[in-house]
Amino acid sequence: MKEISCKLLVLGAGPGGYVCAIRAGQLGVDTVIVEKAKAGGTCLNVGCIPSKALIHAAEEFHKLRAAASGKSPLGLSLSAPAIDLARTVAWKDGIVGRLNGGVTGLLKKAGVKAVVGEARFVDGKTVDVETETGLQRIRAEAVVIATGSAPVELPDLPFGEHIISSTGALALKTVPETLAVIGGGYIGLELGTAFAKLGSKVTVLEAMDRILPQYDAELSKPVMKRLGELGIDVFTRTAAKRLSADGRGLLAEENGRPFEVPAEKVLVTVGRRPVTEGWGIEEIDLDLAGRFIRIDDQCRTSMRGIYAIGDVTGEPMLAHRAMAQGEMAAEIVAGRKRSWDKHCIPAVCFTDPEIVSAGLSPDEARATGIEIKIGQFPFQANGRAMTTLSEDGFVRVVARADNHLVLGIHAAGHGVSELSASFALAIEMGARLEDIAGTIHAHPTQSEAFQEAAFKALGHALHV
Amino acid sequence: MGEFILKMPDVGEGVAEAELVEWHVKLGDPVREDMVLAAVMTDKATVEIPSPVSGKVLWLGAEVGDTVAVKAPLVRIETAAEAGEPPPDSIPQALAEDVLEEPVAVSAPPEAKAPPKPEAIETRPAPAPREAPDVSKKPLASPAVRLRAKDSGVDLRQVTGTGPAGRITHDDLDLFLSRGAQPAPAITGLVRKTAVEEIKVTGLRRRIAEKMTLSTSRIPHITYVEEMDMTALEDLRATMNRDRKPDQPKLTVLPFLMRALVKTIAEQPGVNATFDDGAGVIHRHAAVHIGIATQTPAGLTVPVVRHAEARGIWDCAAELNRLADAARTGTATRDELTGSTITISSLGALGGIASTPVINHPEVAIVGVNKIAIRPVWDGTQFVPRKIMNLSSSFDHRVIDGWDAATFVQRLKTLLETPALIFVEG
Repeated sequence: MKEISCKLLVLGAGPGGYVCAIRAGQLGVDTVIVEKAKAGGTCLNVGCIPSKALIHAAEEFHKLRAAASGKSPLGLSLSAPAIDLARTVAWKDGIVGRLNGGVTGLLKKAGVKAVVGEARFVDGKTVDVETETGLQRIRAEAVVIATGSAPVELPDLPFGEHIISSTGALALKTVPETLAVIGGGYIGLELGTAFAKLGSKVTVLEAMDRILPQYDAELSKPVMKRLGELGIDVFTRTAAKRLSADGRGLLAEENGRPFEVPAEKVLVTVGRRPVTEGWGIEEIDLDLAGRFIRIDDQCRTSMRGIYAIGDVTGEPMLAHRAMAQGEMAAEIVAGRKRSWDKHCIPAVCFTDPEIVSAGLSPDEARATGIEIKIGQFPFQANGRAMTTLSEDGFVRVVARADNHLVLGIHAAGHGVSELSASFALAIEMGARLEDIAGTIHAHPTQSEAFQEAAFKALGHALHV
Repeated sequence: MGEFILKMPDVGEGVAEAELVEWHVKLGDPVREDMVLAAVMTDKATVEIPSPVSGKVLWLGAEVGDTVAVKAPLVRIETAAEAGEPPPDSIPQALAEDVLEEPVAVSAPPEAKAPPKPEAIETRPAPAPREAPDVSKKPLASPAVRLRAKDSGVDLRQVTGTGPAGRITHDDLDLFLSRGAQPAPAITGLVRKTAVEEIKVTGLRRRIAEKMTLSTSRIPHITYVEEMDMTALEDLRATMNRDRKPDQPKLTVLPFLMRALVKTIAEQPGVNATFDDGAGVIHRHAAVHIGIATQTPAGLTVPVVRHAEARGIWDCAAELNRLADAARTGTATRDELTGSTITISSLGALGGIASTPVINHPEVAIVGVNKIAIRPVWDGTQFVPRKIMNLSSSFDHRVIDGWDAATFVQRLKTLLETPALIFVEG
């Protein structure tokens, strides 16, 4: 058996793991990273990036179809457009491939040794990797577990040709005529919307009493409205049961009333589970917090020298949280004093329209016992939004009533994902309403709605 | 949508105003009929104010600690009643306009203008708890300041922020570092603490503060401490407790002291009095209403055993227990917390040799019980172990002379040391 030793071993080259390894390499830490598949993890290969590529293609196609239908208010017209999904997917794969190569290059540049294969703990300092060329034993002073998460499978609806996960949905070669989406969370709605725009008849089944349950009703409302416009049927309080006998439909039950949903494909997006099996967690006996690995504010697990970052450590399962944890863990291993001190982890939902949240919602802020002020500005009153046919949605600011410290910023609207940066920055910098109101926001942009929301909270909105 | 204005109810006879001590609801909260909205305090009794209607809280008329006049608007509640139905009480226009400018008013996109459905609020699932949304514990500083602090080993919770909203600036950090603040030493685990917690003095605590200021600033106290041999009384008490009937409460020293007080007061009525110094009148009371200083979770209260002169020792004990429980659970009524003519304070359980009790204004005397301890006492031929207790009593020196005070305490001593005398008629 071949044996190598290093100072830091990172298990998993997703956004958390590869950032951790690059940062450790930059700091001169002798680092090895192990990945069984391609660099980039869920996010880059089967998550954020490819889904956004597909969503973009679907949006473009949908616009062309709208123009072809002769209803374009912009005065555009064209003959019936067509889409070759196989080519779309190939284009998307090209982007993924470029980014794969990019990550691999960055790791190399940082002096990180990458090992491809399945890793398994032997003990807290030793990992065996099953590589193409045989078993590789790696001894490390510190280990960062970044094994990520995987889609949850339903027992009665196992993944296969008809029943697909988000990964399967991103690799379809043709647009299914009918698509049933189980789970009205952000992944299901993002993909469901994309396929509706590509021409599928989409039905969404949600077990809870409304879609996007992690957002307040005000934020999900514009999305709900748009789903209706796109002809997507949404059933809430509905349980999916099994495939129909002919395999072309999905049997479901709404409040005890059974019915069948036409479904050439069934997309299951009922959540993701942390990957805590298959890499020898039982050899090192880590404490869990629920389904996740328990960590402290320095990403340390219950075993000395072993850290965990990313989806395997809990909610929110977001790439940028994993990246920040990875960077911090690398610096701690390199001897820097660091601990988790972030005030907010912004979250973006790439539905139509998009939803952004940073910090506390009004209900969460009230729950802490703080008296709050709220300012909300609709895009209907924003000039830039009008010029892009994007008047749905709003920006909402929540601040402390006593000193106007901004506690949370939320938005729903087209392209608001790009506003997430200024939202998070405002919160991390400890901005008060007056700071936002006193910053000139360029005209004409949708970002003006942010400043106006702050004005509104201060009681002197200008444009509403 | 109708609107109901709840005014501060008449919470006690002759009470013109009450202090708001707690809100049980927040702005925007749904309320049901009979749900408690607020707690107000008059004198020493706390009264809970229930909602007479169901609906949603639109406006809160006072802040905790405010004194609200009886009949002043306290809460405005949006009710499900139709707009056509006149609200039970209309409000002045100016007030209505104030309310429209409440900071929580939110501009909603026009399609959201539909009247909110109250049921929707209840059926909506609570948002999934997210990672540590506790903003209060994190020091407010920009990421760059946080990084510098980490690198310098500074715990930002110890740095005072001078920026907007208490934000810690680079200058604040520089100042902290230049003062030679040692990087938080992990070696000793001892760190400087500079936090100052602000606690608003409200409710019972404010009453206590006012009362103590009044008592000590108005009344020139004379405190007299004497030791009592409690051996005989303790023997008697043990016997009575052993042989008591099932329905009789366990006796402490206090019922004996109460009966001894009654007996002494009969001979020296001057100590069972209230002094109206404004009018220059002393009211000597025939009734002996004994206040019992009682520690409750909220603070010191003084429930009153009324007409101790008409109660036997078992009755005194039972009433004492009942009142102490009521005071501790906060269910004592206003009547049970006022009207004492003399007060007993007992810190004996905690130890202490002597105390300087503060007179419960406008009374003129207070008797403080200290700890009973077994001490060697010379009986003329040898040291014998005796149960000794100090009694620390304060008197209003304006109306009670030292001689009278001492006479009073000496008489108490005689009764307590020969407890049979407590029970002798006449």
